[in-house]
Amino acid sequence: MNTLLISAVLGVLMMFSGVLLKSRQVIRNLAIAGMAGLLLVNILELGGTTFFQINTRDMMAFDRFSLLFITVAIFSTLLYLVLSAKDMEKVGINYAEYFALLFFIVCGIVLVSSFKSLLILFLGVEIISIPLYILTGSDKRNLKSNEASLKYFLLGAFSTGLMLMGIALLYGSTGTFSTSFRLGPDVKPSALMIAGMLLLFFSMSFKVSLAPFHFWTPDVYDGAPTVFTSFMATIVKAAVFIGFIRLFNNAFGLMHGQWQLIAAIITAATLFIGNITAVFQQSVKRMLAYSSIAQAGFMMLSLYALSAEAYEGLLLYTVAYSLATIGIFAVLIKMNDYTFSGFNGFARYHPLLAATTTVFLLSLAGIPLTSGFLSKFYMLKITLASGKGMWLAVFAVFMAAVSVYYYFRVIQAMYFKEGDDPKIQVTTTFKWTLVVLAALVILLGVFPNLLLYWVYF
Amino acid sequence: MVPVLLILIPLVTGLVTFFFKDGRTAKSWALFSALATLVVSVLGLTVLKETKYLQFNREWLSALNSSFAVQLDGMGQLLCLLNAVAYPLVILSAWKNDYKNQNNFYALMLLAQAGMMGVFLATDALLFYFCWELALIPMYFLCSQWGGEKRIPVTFKFFIYTFVGSLLMLIGILYLQAHTKDHSFSWQSFIDLRLPANKQQWIFWLFFVAFAIKMPVFPLHTWQPDTYEQAPTATTMILSGVMVKMGLFGILRWLFPVMPFASFQWADFITPLSLCGAIYASLIAIRQDDLKRLVAYSSIAHIGLMCAAAFAQNESGFQGLMIQMFNHGINIIGLWIVVEITERQFGTRKISELGGIAQKAPVLAAFLVIIALANIALPLTNAFPGEFLMFNGIFSSVTVYHVWFTVMAGLSIIFGAIYTLNMIRKVFYGETIELTRAANDISMSEKLALGVIVLIIFVLGVYPQLMLNETAATASAVNEKFDFVRQTLLEQKK
Repeated sequence: MNTLLISAVLGVLMMFSGVLLKSRQVIRNLAIAGMAGLLLVNILELGGTTFFQINTRDMMAFDRFSLLFITVAIFSTLLYLVLSAKDMEKVGINYAEYFALLFFIVCGIVLVSSFKSLLILFLGVEIISIPLYILTGSDKRNLKSNEASLKYFLLGAFSTGLMLMGIALLYGSTGTFSTSFRLGPDVKPSALMIAGMLLLFFSMSFKVSLAPFHFWTPDVYDGAPTVFTSFMATIVKAAVFIGFIRLFNNAFGLMHGQWQLIAAIITAATLFIGNITAVFQQSVKRMLAYSSIAQAGFMMLSLYALSAEAYEGLLLYTVAYSLATIGIFAVLIKMNDYTFSGFNGFARYHPLLAATTTVFLLSLAGIPLTSGFLSKFYMLKITLASGKGMWLAVFAVFMAAVSVYYYFRVIQAMYFKEGDDPKIQVTTTFKWTLVVLAALVILLGVFPNLLLYWVYF
Repeated sequence: MVPVLLILIPLVTGLVTFFFKDGRTAKSWALFSALATLVVSVLGLTVLKETKYLQFNREWLSALNSSFAVQLDGMGQLLCLLNAVAYPLVILSAWKNDYKNQNNFYALMLLAQAGMMGVFLATDALLFYFCWELALIPMYFLCSQWGGEKRIPVTFKFFIYTFVGSLLMLIGILYLQAHTKDHSFSWQSFIDLRLPANKQQWIFWLFFVAFAIKMPVFPLHTWQPDTYEQAPTATTMILSGVMVKMGLFGILRWLFPVMPFASFQWADFITPLSLCGAIYASLIAIRQDDLKRLVAYSSIAHIGLMCAAAFAQNESGFQGLMIQMFNHGINIIGLWIVVEITERQFGTRKISELGGIAQKAPVLAAFLVIIALANIALPLTNAFPGEFLMFNGIFSSVTVYHVWFTVMAGLSIIFGAIYTLNMIRKVFYGETIELTRAANDISMSEKLALGVIVLIIFVLGVYPQLMLNETAATASAVNEKFDFVRQTLLEQKK
């Protein structure tokens, strides 16, 4: 609850700071300080200190898991801001507004990861989506950015419509917005209810870009200013995924058998399309867009299996994926040339940046000793433990091997090919933050308990 | 404590090596580290033979029921020793080479050593998997950065091949773990699992494909000659001397005891495959003009034979396999050192462009002849007892085709003699030619490395009892599993 209110207030504050403060440096530091403060109050709430006592009438529940995820999301956002906030200057003139929108998105993330009512879920998803439409189009003079924004908005609005329709049907069949309605073990769900569930499933699939609802993703991720792509593809996607599993575990967990097959098909399709298409990309940015689809396919295994361990696994996965992708994007933003050959010879001129980027890429590819491996490991483990997912696990593994191809292309370009100095300027803070990020990626890969411990205690 | 040190010494020293500025210091430091590992390894085999020194178990990924469990036992000890012996030899033989970014080169080499040690020592399946991959990653960087002209695509093929294999193995591991009683990854609970025979069939292949790619067994071998040719020779020595043994070791540790039924039932399929591969590789080796490719194919042939001996599944076969894994490693490293010296001096590896080196470099030629004779397993060299036991094993295996298998294995040995001796004749004997007229004999560090190898060849060739003692218990323990299988199947028939 702390975070929800304070992030909203901070968003408004940042909006006015653009008018009151002239120096961009001050605005930036204010935003970073605000995010750090947010992290602090959320950790306080995790420890049991709540500033506001508000009766949500059981529409929200701040349990350990949701608080933990919010902490992780805010922490990632903080790292993201430290790394990339300066690069937002290049996007446009409304510097303070960008931060304001980011804070509103955080507000939406809090809603999405702690809802207990379908209405709150809807609010959260919309509060996340609308600022994202704006941020996608924030590079006003760039046609690609405009196109991306329009495309995202139209398709996003459509999927929101589906979601509302689904919620309406569910309300019609159960008489409540609460996600904790229970079907008796023998009761057959009505057609109305199944239709509502499917609509919700598809609209959530759209938001996390699962195939065949992924068509917007490459264009939007590619067209949006790279700083914001980084945020969209990582923290936002992770949050919506948490909302997804929360919804389907709480509301439809008992009907798992009825949608498990759909989940399996969507997972397989997503893995296939994401990985295979990524192989053919020439731009690293677009490759990362497809890779985010592919990674979503892996995360989807947690919904397929839906066990207690699935929650842990998904949490670890979102963290591993977000940290690594934020790191790669932070380096990518600095580059002038987004193609693979733009990275040629990178290691010679920027050994530290190249080494950290390699750690992130290895993590995304799922190489042991990185958190990316353990999270993929969790996903395979729960899939096999569910008893009938053998074919899906084998398929996922083959797709993971495909993913090695495109991730390693960047490593090959950086280390084994000759190229010119890309002439990029980085500050010492940037370098050290990247090192911290890489260290976290490895640390979580060796001692995942550092994070998972908090789920239970 | 010993197994932990064996992993930690190369790991820590390897990481430190990244930070050396001076290439020469890095080289000396790597040699020092390799010698330290060797000392610990020898101590573990001789003085510190009590269980408390040879076992270590510490909680690690408790949420996943995996622990950091390592153990220096009969299965792994010879391979650990091989790993420990190989590194000083390799570093000595590469002493004269100046690699670009030498510190990174040696750092990655040492990290690979740590990974391989972990593979040979781990008694926890997840730790085993970690180390399996940890050994692969440095190799990828080594080959792609310091290798030959076509190194990038070739190494990539190698990487993807092995990565697919190991991921399939990961699924197998997870499947077994989900079915163990205590949901743990420990070797013991995998063995106690006793999966029903029909379930074993599938899981067997998940594991075996990973191991078969690593060894490599025909038809999964296509990555190997290219990789060996393109990799820097020091790396190739490790790849062919030590790393391919990971596959054979995996069969011994994780396949046979855990899934004896499926292993037994598939033996008649896999043995001809590996023997055909051995003959096929030998035939190709005869036609090779490139020294590196010749040794690479010879390595495939030898591994094929070892795989066949493993699937003979009797005591003699296992014992021969374990002995031969060590000796093959030593001999092939010796051959690589000679290839390396030749290439460094003359700038070519083409057999057709060389000739008559023996006249100018008699010491080198003498060393080569001894190593080559060991490679074709002449009596009184180290490879003889192992190969003899392996043949004995193949011949006395229970399959109805055992005579055919022995004939095929014999053929591959004969072919082996042909290409090895042919190579010596063409490259070292005969009249000197333009290129080799100004040849120099080998340097001190190379003499030292080759001398040690020749010493090992003779000592173990004349007195094989040392190794027989070390391997007997393990061989009969693995064999017991198969005795049980054979008995059960016999009863079922009745």
